[in-house]
Amino acid sequence: MREFFVTTEFVPTDYLPVLIFFLIAGGFGFVTMIAGRFVRPQVSYREKLLPYECGAPPISDARQPFPMRYYIIAMLFVLFDIEAVFMYPWAVVFNQIGLYGLVEMLLFITILVIGYVYAWGKGALEWD
Amino acid sequence: MIEALFIYLATVCVICAVLTVSLRQPVYNVLALLTMFFHVAGLYVLLNAEFLAVVQIIVYAGAILVLYLFVLMLLNVRTQSRHLHRQWPFAVLILGSVTAMLVGALQDGTWGVASGEYTAAAIQEIGNTQAIGLRLYTDYLLPFEVASLVLLVAMIGAIVLTKKGLIDDHIKE
Repeated sequence: MREFFVTTEFVPTDYLPVLIFFLIAGGFGFVTMIAGRFVRPQVSYREKLLPYECGAPPISDARQPFPMRYYIIAMLFVLFDIEAVFMYPWAVVFNQIGLYGLVEMLLFITILVIGYVYAWGKGALEWD
Repeated sequence: MIEALFIYLATVCVICAVLTVSLRQPVYNVLALLTMFFHVAGLYVLLNAEFLAVVQIIVYAGAILVLYLFVLMLLNVRTQSRHLHRQWPFAVLILGSVTAMLVGALQDGTWGVASGEYTAAAIQEIGNTQAIGLRLYTDYLLPFEVASLVLLVAMIGAIVLTKKGLIDDHIKE
């Protein structure tokens, strides 16, 4: 089993607070749900079991096809999200690669701006 | 401690992966997938790949999952999609062959022996994200710029497909 843990000599102790945070967050949710189960009155009727729609009675099934424009916005979000991910390692080593790094990142962004202009020109960012 | 964490993360990953393909409610599938993404990020942290862990959460848990959710909403998937589960013999076949391949690869004694300039100690020294940055923006400049072209193609492709209303027409039929 030992050889599977490639980097056992470097235990990521910096992330211990993150682990503790997740344990507290998860534990809080778990404990409150269990506690609520014992405390709350167990009275249920049809209206109470309906999905909560801010007071308005639900008129149909919630699972309906969404308009296409949500998808295109989500797709563009994914692509620009990935673009932003490439900027993190670039930003932390910017002092070491200097002008060379600036030029290559400008090229990278220029290529993506073409896509952005295309999306804008085609009306993909319009809501109707 | 590390072993216990690894076993926990790996177990939850496997369970969530199975749930992702076996649950009946499409939204539950996506939730199982989200749990799996977070636990895979935990595995990356255990391997000291901090940048990869954060990218896993930003890109996969943040963006890719949204895309899955939207596909789910667009395609109007109902709960009782029983016919999807008839494909399980093929799934077992593929899973079996991939597992056999992995087990075969693990028999090789060279597994887990890190070589090259960036050993775990070196990465600890200069920092995980810095090591990626130094390599990516000097030696791997071309793949980096090609990545922007791939993103551009995906962007234009998505716009062309949606603007023609292919899927909208498909739903109306």
